[in-house]
Amino acid sequence: MKIFAKKMTEVSTVDAAGEQVITVKKRGQAADVWRRLRKSPLAMIGLFGLIILILCAIFANFIAPYNYATQDYTAISQTPSWQHLFGTDNFGRDIFSRVVYGTRISLLVGFISLAIGAVIGCLLGAIAGYFGKAVESVIMRGCDIMMAIPSTVLAITIATTLGPGLVNAIIALSISSIPSFCRVVRGSTLTVKDQEYIEAAKVIGANNMHIIGKYIFPNVLAPIIVQATLGVGKSIIMCAALSFLGLGIQPPTPEWGSMLSTARTFMRDYPHMVIFPGLAIMLTVLSLNLFGDGLRDALDPKLKK
Amino acid sequence: MFRYILKRILVTIPVLLGVTIVIFTLMFFTNGDPARLILGDTASDAEVAELRESMGLNEPFINQYFNYMKGLFKGNLGISYTTKLPVMDEIKVRLPVTARLAFFSCLFAVCVGVPAGIISAVRQYSVLDNFITVLALLGITMPNFWLALLLILFFSVQLGWLPPSGLYGPLYYIMPVISISAASVATITRMTRSSMLEVIRSDYIRTARAKGLSEGKVIIRHGLKNALIPILTVVGIQFAGGLSGAVVNEQVFAIPGLGKMMVDAIKSRNYPLVEGGVLIIALMCCIVNLAIDLMYAVADPRIKSQYEHVRGKKKSKAEPAPVREA
Repeated sequence: MKIFAKKMTEVSTVDAAGEQVITVKKRGQAADVWRRLRKSPLAMIGLFGLIILILCAIFANFIAPYNYATQDYTAISQTPSWQHLFGTDNFGRDIFSRVVYGTRISLLVGFISLAIGAVIGCLLGAIAGYFGKAVESVIMRGCDIMMAIPSTVLAITIATTLGPGLVNAIIALSISSIPSFCRVVRGSTLTVKDQEYIEAAKVIGANNMHIIGKYIFPNVLAPIIVQATLGVGKSIIMCAALSFLGLGIQPPTPEWGSMLSTARTFMRDYPHMVIFPGLAIMLTVLSLNLFGDGLRDALDPKLKK
Repeated sequence: MFRYILKRILVTIPVLLGVTIVIFTLMFFTNGDPARLILGDTASDAEVAELRESMGLNEPFINQYFNYMKGLFKGNLGISYTTKLPVMDEIKVRLPVTARLAFFSCLFAVCVGVPAGIISAVRQYSVLDNFITVLALLGITMPNFWLALLLILFFSVQLGWLPPSGLYGPLYYIMPVISISAASVATITRMTRSSMLEVIRSDYIRTARAKGLSEGKVIIRHGLKNALIPILTVVGIQFAGGLSGAVVNEQVFAIPGLGKMMVDAIKSRNYPLVEGGVLIIALMCCIVNLAIDLMYAVADPRIKSQYEHVRGKKKSKAEPAPVREA
């Protein structure tokens, strides 16, 4: 009762007849989470970083001083200066502009691949957890098989089959992120499905898909959100690794991993070419992780130590 | 216990079979004609067609898979297209290199991560705790291949202390092990910290202190032992991470292991090598997972007794739920 009372805010008003009426206004779960999230400075730093990165991705054309593909042969491999903040690469392209445009690619790949993986994984996980028996066995054994291969190796293998490229990298990363979502959602579904409100929904004649969509999903959302925020960072690192190995996004597209791969050859003489793209990956993943950790604590205050 | 081990091994077999299906299917649909790749561009179409026939490449998918599996049971993973050597021989040379790298990385991660996590938990909110937490966060967010490049830049190019590539002695292991295990060290540190924090607040820790045990004994014997299960789980996951890391980092440090073999094979479309490499990596992961499962029993007598009564437990699980009266 105490916990219940905490979520209510009493609002006292005076009605037309002049009598004081006390109405109880319930605060939504999202507002509660936001309130707790706001209290964590690290999570706020993460959110701030994330917003800046998203703005960078959207307004890359305005922020980047040069085009990412423009080659200037009079300014090859220059060290950082006021003209070229992060210096230039072996083709005389401005590294700062390429890093800014790279935000677009990396966030795009990170978010889209994770969204696809999350939707498919959650659906399969919920179906497995809800229906049980043979359906569960088939889906979960499939997950076991996918999880037996380390995710980066799985993504490399899928990328090999599909060939290099942006879309193929997204597909490879989506597929390799499916099993982790599937497991998380199945586990949460198992704990939720025996609750009385699910029984009640069955009694009033709701069909299975309706129950999964309307009653199971909202109740297993917290672990999914946490998994997703932390997963985007993982996807971005994996995408960079794929491109670094030459199996993901190909030059001249300014992807951070492929920039590092090219820079590797010149790193002895021009270390700045290696430092900035890597720093961009690190700061992006750092923002996502700080925000994800804060979100986990905010969604489940019991976990917070 | 023996029954449990047997059961776990039996469960692993279908998973490995599934892995072969997944990998074989992926490689089957990969672009490029193996016969053409073996013979090269100069060969005539007739020669290519003849080789296709003799390799059984014109047979349906299912037959090809069964042929592959027949070979697999005899320890034959096919022939490398480029060197014409059996894939098994190629793997035999490189497997120890990658296995050693992954093992040392995992060992390093445990040796650094667990003590760091304990210190962090025991001295919660101290300067040291904050320092370790920040380092751990950086370790998780840094792509390992970038860290590898930075290490080469600093220790090889700038200082000239460590060799930048190859694997010819103990010194050569230092940088690859650090870069592969950075994320694992960080994850294990964080897990140990949170797991220990949960444990050191329990009553039995207070009791242990009250009966006059030294702080070290309290933390190690009573604290760590009870915090070990989640740490073990993370170590298992990190071994797979170590293998993935090795695949990428072998490329950076030019280490002739499974990972470099696979990536080079992908670039030269030498698919039997890729297939073999992935299969061996999956097999290693399964073995480590099995070992971790068994270590749970060593770490926690409650789990051991559960293993020993698996059958009895199942029976009680199958009991129908009590009917609730309206």
